[in-house]
Amino acid sequence: MKITFKLYATLQHLLPRAAVNNAIEIDVDDDVTLHQIIEQFHVQQKDAHLVLINGTYFDHEARDQTGLLKEGDVVAVWPPVAGG
Amino acid sequence: MAWTRQILRVNLTEGTCIAEPLNMDWANQYLGQRGLATRYLVDEIDPKCDALGPDNKMIMATGPLTGTMASTGGRYSVITKSPLTGGVACSNSGGFFGAELKSAGWDMIIFEGSSPRPVYLNIENESASLEDASDLWGKSCWETDEVLHAKHQDPQMRVACVGRSAEAGCLFSAIVNDLHRAAGRSGVGTVMASKNLKAVSVRGTLGVGNIKDPARFMESIAAGKKVLAENAVTGEGLPALGTQVLMNVINEVGAMPTRNMQEVQFEGAHKISGEAMLEPRASDGKPNLTRNGGCFACTISCGRISTVDREHFSVKEKPQYWGNSGGLEYEAAWALGSDTGVDDLDALTYVNFICNEDGMDPITFGATVAAAMELFEAGVITTANTGGVELKFGSAEALCWAVEQSAVSEGFGADLNLGSRRLCEKYGRPEMSMTVKGQEFPAYDPRGIQGMGLAYATSNRGACHLRGYTVSSEILGVPEKTDPLATEGKAGLVKAFQDATAAVDSAGLCIFTTFAWSLDDISPQIDSACDGDWSPERLVEVGERIWQLERDFNMKAGLTGADDTLPERLLKDAAKSGPAKGKVCELGSMLPEYYQLRGWTTDGSLTAETRSKFGLPA
Repeated sequence: MKITFKLYATLQHLLPRAAVNNAIEIDVDDDVTLHQIIEQFHVQQKDAHLVLINGTYFDHEARDQTGLLKEGDVVAVWPPVAGG
Repeated sequence: MAWTRQILRVNLTEGTCIAEPLNMDWANQYLGQRGLATRYLVDEIDPKCDALGPDNKMIMATGPLTGTMASTGGRYSVITKSPLTGGVACSNSGGFFGAELKSAGWDMIIFEGSSPRPVYLNIENESASLEDASDLWGKSCWETDEVLHAKHQDPQMRVACVGRSAEAGCLFSAIVNDLHRAAGRSGVGTVMASKNLKAVSVRGTLGVGNIKDPARFMESIAAGKKVLAENAVTGEGLPALGTQVLMNVINEVGAMPTRNMQEVQFEGAHKISGEAMLEPRASDGKPNLTRNGGCFACTISCGRISTVDREHFSVKEKPQYWGNSGGLEYEAAWALGSDTGVDDLDALTYVNFICNEDGMDPITFGATVAAAMELFEAGVITTANTGGVELKFGSAEALCWAVEQSAVSEGFGADLNLGSRRLCEKYGRPEMSMTVKGQEFPAYDPRGIQGMGLAYATSNRGACHLRGYTVSSEILGVPEKTDPLATEGKAGLVKAFQDATAAVDSAGLCIFTTFAWSLDDISPQIDSACDGDWSPERLVEVGERIWQLERDFNMKAGLTGADDTLPERLLKDAAKSGPAKGKVCELGSMLPEYYQLRGWTTDGSLTAETRSKFGLPA
C-alpha cells in the first residue's frame, strides 16, 4: 500500500532528494510496523521521539505492532523538539 | 545574596530618582523578578486603578540570577496593571538589557506617577537621572535606540523603549529592548508611554559579584550547561530551527489555530515553518534564516536572525529593511500567518520587523487582524472602513498594509490598535474575538490540546502559553507524554506547570531551559547564589504563592471566576479536521478539579484558609 512518510527538523536530511515539503510517498507491505519504516530511512530509535499516524502519537511499544496503517495514511517523525 | 538588595524608585510626576533597600522579607517569599515585583505592585497600587493613569505603577525587575553566568541568566520582566486585560501584567524579555540593569547595581526599578513631558531614564551604575525625550517622541524603537547610542557615545549601553504605537495608545504595545527582544504581551509598553516615559538606557559595569558560595555556584551552573548541551531539544533542535520547529508539529496534530480559530489545520503551514526558513529562495539563493542568535549568557541560542527577499513587494522600495534583523519565532509566525491565512514567509518576516520596530505584540496584532478579516468577510467591516483595502484572509498585501497602519495608528490602524475584543465589540460581533480576559490566544488550539484550554482559561494574564505550557507534555512528550485529547489529570498537570513556571520566571532564567532542566537542576544554581534555602520543594511553594498572589490581585481588580472561560467557538464549534475532529474543548470537565487543587471556592474565589496558607497580604 502507499503511504506518505514525513521527516522533520534535524532529521530532514535523511529524506531522499525526491522528497517535497519534507514528505515522500512510499510503498510498504500491509504488515509493516512503524519501526520498520523508520529504520528504512536510517533514523535511530532514540531520535524518533514523536511518531504520528495522521497526527496521532504512537509510543515505542506500539511502533512494533502490525496492522496500524492503511492506504493513504501519513506517518510523520520528529526528534525531540520543543519551542513556545 | 545574588540580589543587589537595592531598588530604584523613579517618581515621574516629581522627576526624582531615589535608591532604597530591597525588602528582603519579600525576596525570601517571592524570590525575584515576576514574584517579587508583583508583591511590590500589590502593596503599592489600587487594583481597580486606571491602568493608563498616573496611579498605576510599572516595575522593571530582574531575578537573582540575572546578570550571572548561569545559562540564560539575562532575563527581566515588566510588571504592571494591564490596559488590555485589567488584571496583572507580567511580560518577560531576554536580550541584554536585564543583565545590564543588574550589573548597574539594581534589582528593580519602580516607576510611579506620570511625567508632564516626555522623558527617558538614564542609568550609569549608581547614577540615575531623568532626561528630556522631546526629540525622541514620535520616533520608532529602532530610531530611539540609535539616537540614544549616538547621544551617549557608548556602544555597550542597553536601551529598552516604546515605539510610535505605544505613544498613540495601541493597547498591545510592547517594550522593546536590544532592537528585537521584547516584553511583549498585555500592553506593558502602552503603560510606559502613558507615563510619558520613552526609554530606559542603562550601562552597568559593577557586575554581579555577591554570589553566596562562588565555588558551588560555578559547579552547579557548569552542570546545568552540560545538561542543556546534551539535551536534543536545547542542544540541537532550538539552535537549528528555533521555536519555529513547532509549526509543522502543531499543524500535524491538528491544533494550529487557523483563520481566526475557525479551523485547526493550515494548508500553508509548511511554507512558513522553521524548515522553510532554511530553504534557499529563488531570487538570491539565500535562505530566510541567516543565523541563530542568543541572549545574555544563553547557551541555547534559539533566536532567529533573518532577511526579507529584496525582491518581495513589501520591501522592494524600502532598502532600510534589506538587512538582517530579528526573524520569526513560532508565536509571531503563527499569529501573522495561519491565523490570517497568509502563507508568504517574506511578508510575515517583514511584518515581524515592523512589530519590532514600533513595538507591537505580534500575537495580539496578528490575532486582531484575523478577527478584522473575519469581520470583513462577514460584511461587517467594508472597504469604507479600510480605505479601499480588501481585508481578506490570505492577503499578504492586506497584512502588510495593516501593520503599517497599526505602527503609526493611522486610519483603520486605530481600530486594530484596540485589540480584538474591543474591535469586535465596536462592530457588534464580540463572539469573533478569540481572547481570554481580553488577551488573544497564542498558537495552540485547545480543541486539539485539552490541557491548554484550562491553562488559557485560568492564566492570570489572559490567554497565554507561557503561564502553563502543557503542550510540552501533551504534544512534545517533555518530560513525559500525555494524551492531548484527554481531560483526566489535566487539572493537576496545568497547576504543576503554572507553579514551576512562576518560580523560573522569578529567578532570572529563561523558561526554555525547562525543556531540559527540572527544578532539581535549577535549585542548586539558585541555592548556591542566594541566601536562604532554595530546594526544589521550596521553589514549588514559592511558585504557588506567586500564582495565588496574582490571582488575588485580579479578583480585587474586578475579575471573577466567570472570566475563567473560553470563547464559545472553542467550547461549542467542533474541530473540523485532524485527530481532534468532532471535539470541542471540554473546559467544564477540568475547571472544578483545578479550583479544588488551588484551594479556591467553587466559584473560583480564594478561601481564607488558602490566603493564610500562603501568607497573602490583606
